[in-house]
This record gives sequence, structure tokens and C-alpha cells, in this order.
Amino acid sequence: MKYVDEFRDPNLAKSLVREINELVEVIEFSKQRPIQLMEFCGGHTHTIFRYGIEQLLPKCIELVHGPGCPVCVLPMGRVDDCVSLAQRSEVILTTFGDAMRVPGSKMSLLQAKADGADVRMVYSPLDALRLAHENKNREVIFFALGFETTMPSTALTVLQAEADGLDNFSLFCNHITTVPIIESILNTSGMQLDGFVAPGHVSMVVGEKPFNFVAEKYKKPIVITGFEPLDILQSIWLLVKQIAEQRAEVENQYARVVASRGNRQALAAMERVFELREFFEWRGLGSIDNSGIRIKDDYARFDAERKFAVPNIKITDPKSCQCGDVLRGAIKPWQCKVFAGACTPETPMGALMVSSEGACAAYYNFGSLPDLLALKLARENQEALP
Amino acid sequence: MCLGIPGQIVEIVDPEKNLAKVAISGIRREVNITCIVDKDHPVNSCLGEWVLVHVGFAMTRIEEEEAKKTLALLQELGEAQKELESMTSTIK
Repeated sequence: MKYVDEFRDPNLAKSLVREINELVEVIEFSKQRPIQLMEFCGGHTHTIFRYGIEQLLPKCIELVHGPGCPVCVLPMGRVDDCVSLAQRSEVILTTFGDAMRVPGSKMSLLQAKADGADVRMVYSPLDALRLAHENKNREVIFFALGFETTMPSTALTVLQAEADGLDNFSLFCNHITTVPIIESILNTSGMQLDGFVAPGHVSMVVGEKPFNFVAEKYKKPIVITGFEPLDILQSIWLLVKQIAEQRAEVENQYARVVASRGNRQALAAMERVFELREFFEWRGLGSIDNSGIRIKDDYARFDAERKFAVPNIKITDPKSCQCGDVLRGAIKPWQCKVFAGACTPETPMGALMVSSEGACAAYYNFGSLPDLLALKLARENQEALP
Repeated sequence: MCLGIPGQIVEIVDPEKNLAKVAISGIRREVNITCIVDKDHPVNSCLGEWVLVHVGFAMTRIEEEEAKKTLALLQELGEAQKELESMTSTIK
């Protein structure tokens, strides 16, 4: 129990680990194959690696790190489109810092900025709105990203732009929605996921109900989870308990933040401004039906894609990149051929290496040094073979 | 972006636009509080409340104790510093 003393309540952590160990004893199938639990959210992935949660668990529990890092899953073609918008002389392109380094097929926004494009990092879409007020002769575009956690903020910003009568503010909308991607993962053939650690702050917005299908249709347990290491450990205990008792329910471990009905005001703003796209491309996963979000016709004048022609070119993921297999839990990050070789956090090739919340970057940053050295040695030996 | 950061509402700036000032780890930042306001919780009742702030929007009320625990966690993860830096770099 290398890290358990770092937990805020080490005794509670220890007793949870003990109970998890007792519960897996009665789960018969865990003697033949591992119990696979997926944490969807990149924030959870980060905490799991930072606190070494996997090492605390019995060997028969395997954590599969899901695609819930919005920066990671942004396809190269969309980055290219964003760069082309940023390169227009009248445009001030505003973005969260996380998106600056995401590689497009030719360059990232950071490189575009170095080449002279007016790209500015903002903390909030409200900062972009203020820039639009201050620069009436320029077009201020906000690069909108994220799942339901950030969707209300962009929706409310558009509504404020409308109320202010602004005509030089627009969104390049790349929001994505959680449920279709979870369903797509559940429909993947050969998937053996036994339960889900559901995203806490997406649930804060959408509530518990959208996750009912996981329990009802797919008969898998799902637990809405907070971001403390103890929260995650407690959720794993709740999931294993459901599996042991052969139940499949939506449980809310994060009730101190997540109301079962979600946030009414946030949902109302999203409903007014946004609608589903029929298809949306994900880096490493391909196109997923109804998983993207666009701006409704009523707000078309705030949609950068309708205001300006964007090239909208599809760029396929590099062949050697195995992000899709990692996301589906088919392989672990270090089993990918390019991990820590051609693909590192400094020069990411695949989605999961892009942000610190991606599974590969988390493993690269927090995986033990001996493991990484052994991997490097094994690769060198392999290359030396005739 | 996804973790958010806790802060305390210290001033109502514009009740029409639902804008308030939040104090987070010694810095002050204007945030939108639409998501925590309804007829049972009018704008002026928000003063002094602890909230979880995501990209400039107060998304939910939280207990003071919870706010402090969350801040401590974010500091351990190195996320609090990142968030505060990006906040202050764009404050005018």
C-alpha cells in the first residue's frame, strides 16, 4: 500500500480496500478473467494515477481508462479548421490553454500563434465576450470544447452575446456529449466492461437519469463519482458490491455536489442554444452518431462555421497509433507500439498522450521509471534483432 | 476545465446579468452565477455562499468544509495553481 498514507483518511481507505478484497472472493468469474471497470472522465484517470489507486486493488480488478478527456479526443481535422479560422486577419481566436498544444495535421494553435495568428488564451468564454466588446472591428471566435461540464458556460455566453446585441462574437463549437460515447463503448464487440465510474461534473449538470440506460438496457452497474482519491475508492467498492450481489443500478456517490435531477438552469440554457449533430468524428474512435453538439438555427449568427467557410477536411489518425484499442481496454497504454517512442507528451501522436488527463500521458508521467526503462530496453533489443 | 475550483461569493456585481465576484485562494474573479439562481435563491441571497466555479461560471453551491477539502486536493494535484494562473492572466 504504497500511497495509502496520502489519502485524507488512510483508515477508511484501508477498510475499503479490505472490503473490496473480500467482495471479489465471491465473484466467481473473476477467477477466469479480470473484473473490468471503466472510469470515463480524464479527471478520474489523473487521480487514479496520481494516487496509485490501481496498485491498491486486488489483481483481478482492472481499470480501463475511458475517452472522457475532451482535448484528447478532438480530431486533427477540427484543429486544422480552427487554425484556418485563426489565420484570418480579422479574427481573434480565443481558447482554453489546454487546447493550444493539440496537434493538427500541419500545426497546433500555439504554432499558428507563433506564425502571427491572433490566438489568445482565456480562462472563460466570458473573457472572449469581453474581448468582443473591446474590439468591435474584429471578429472574436471562441473555441468551444468539452462535455456537459463546460456546455452551460458557452450556452450562457451566447445568450449574453445576444442580449448585448453583439455581432462580432461567435463559437467554433466542438462540444461533445457523454451518453452516445458510453453507449458506443458498450456496443463494441468483444467488450467485457463490468461497471462504470461515471463522471462527477457532467452528472452535476445532467443529473442521474441519463445514465439509467447503462443499468436498465445493458445491465451494468454505474456509480456517479467525485474526484477525491477516497471518492474513487468508495465507488469501486460500490461497483464491486453491485457485481457481487448481481445488481445493476445507478448509484450516486457524489451526492454532495450532484443533485439527482441535475442543474435546471444549465440544462435550460443548453436546450435553447444547442442541438445534436448527426455525426461527429472522435480522435482514435472514428465517427459516433449523435455525439457532437452544434448551434441551433436560431443562433446561427453566433456560429463561426456558418459565418466563415471552414475547410472541414477529414484527417485520418496515424496508422501506428493505437488509441482506439487503449480506449476500448483491449491493450494497456504501454502495449502500444509507439508509446514513449514516437509518441510522448512533448510530441504527442495520439489522443491519449495530448493532455495530462489522457491515459497514456498519465501513465507516462506517473508510471514507475523502472517500468519505462525496461520498456525502452525491450524495444532496443527488439530493434537490434536481425 | 473539468475539475473546477471552489470559491466564496464576496460581491454582487450586476444583478441583471447575474454577475458576482468570487474570492478563490486570495484572488478575486468575476463569475456568472445564473446556474445557482432561481426564484427560491435570488441573486442577493448568494452573497457569502461557497460555490464550485467552472470556467468562470458558478455551477453549484457547496458546503464550506467541502470547498476547503476540494481546494486542498486541487493543490496536491497541481491543478489549483494552473487554474489560478489562467484566471489571473485574463483578469483585467
